[in-house]
Amino acid sequence: MINLLTLVLIFMIIGAIISIWTTDLLSAIIAVGAVGFGSSVVFLLLRAPDVALAPVVVEVLMLVILIRATVGRDVHTIGSAREIFGLSVAAVLVLLLLAFAVHAIGGLPEFGEPVMARVADAPASYYLENGLSQTGSANIVTAVLLDFRGYDTLGEATVLFGAILGAMTLLRRKSRTDKPRQE
Amino acid sequence: MKETSTIVKTISRCVVGFIFLYGLYIVCYGHLTPGGGFTGGVILASAFVLEMLAWGKEEALKSLPFRLAKPFDSAGALAFLVLGLLGLLLGGDFFVNVIQKAYPGKPFSLFNAGIIPLCNIAIAIKVCASLFLVILVLSVLRVAAGGGTEDDLTTQEEE
Amino acid sequence: MHYFLCLLLLMVGLFGALTQKNLIKIILSVAIIEHAVNTFLIMVGYRHDGTAPIVDRAQVAGSSFASGAVDPLPQAMVLTAIVISLGVLALMVAVAMRLYHTYGTYDITEIRKLRG
Repeated sequence: MINLLTLVLIFMIIGAIISIWTTDLLSAIIAVGAVGFGSSVVFLLLRAPDVALAPVVVEVLMLVILIRATVGRDVHTIGSAREIFGLSVAAVLVLLLLAFAVHAIGGLPEFGEPVMARVADAPASYYLENGLSQTGSANIVTAVLLDFRGYDTLGEATVLFGAILGAMTLLRRKSRTDKPRQE
Repeated sequence: MKETSTIVKTISRCVVGFIFLYGLYIVCYGHLTPGGGFTGGVILASAFVLEMLAWGKEEALKSLPFRLAKPFDSAGALAFLVLGLLGLLLGGDFFVNVIQKAYPGKPFSLFNAGIIPLCNIAIAIKVCASLFLVILVLSVLRVAAGGGTEDDLTTQEEE
Repeated sequence: MHYFLCLLLLMVGLFGALTQKNLIKIILSVAIIEHAVNTFLIMVGYRHDGTAPIVDRAQVAGSSFASGAVDPLPQAMVLTAIVISLGVLALMVAVAMRLYHTYGTYDITEIRKLRG
């Protein structure tokens, strides 16, 4: 049962625990980066090379953004956690949720057996059979992304546009009114 | 202003072109090999970000000016929408692959998938421009808040 | 087993988001939750000894390919979600930096008063 996938997942969990445990923000950020690279390896092991490419680059940019937010700021004086009451309430909540989740796993199909193997006319098997002939795209993931499910991609592009617009608006306004640098 | 070291500058000047080329490859061959508009766009943005980190904001702005990046951001999203509307007008449904329906090329060639490569390019432009803009704006805020002229990742005292 | 480890990762992120006082730590916890959910979604579509959902030149799409490849649908959704998470992270960092600009700290217990 101990295979590479399990090891990488345990590595990710350890990285997550370290990033929450440590009081040094820079090492916390780097630990989250390790979690992201671990997820990239997991995607590769699960035969998803399309998705495995993305986290590698995204993690690097995430690191740049987060380090930009932390460098040079007074970040070492904040204690790591709240008082004991809040901590215990959070622990109980998380454990309860974990129990529900473990119960819900029982309803899922076994690992390594997708839904489309069980349902006769699942959309995924339709995409796999007709993707190349109907769209001309050999990469079925791209065919799903941009042809069969173009609506979803348009929605995601809109979300990205909105998020970036919000970030730019939040950051730019003050820099103009505070200090007119140009004139 | 503290400069980045010569090694970093030289290596990044050598590598930026290759990163950019790799991003273009990922975008253009997204329908044949792993990759696509989102991934390729992030790789293109990371090329500009590397230039910004190594050479400073001014150099990066020379290769992708601010007044050019903002229209690119909107134009990418708009081009994607227009490609979808093209399917609505000519094919009857939103996001119908009209070009591929009219001219079905032979599989595994570069120009056979109709609007899919065009969509990939539109998304890549959008993602690249928007991510570059965000990181640029984060560095601009740093100038405004700190009052200094420091604009790379080397540490600087706040206020 | 694999599902359980994935959920454990999600719970670690959730615990961090609930208990941390530092805004940047909360953002990092949200990033961990995103990684966990993405990994879980890819896992749901996995098939034992499956191939990547990319048609090879040798095996032109047929029944053998369709019955041997992993599910492409979650992969397509996760691919966009990863880039979205980067945009949302930038938005969160922007809010946090604006808060720092106003209050001079990232500690959320200090950020109580509403100031313009």
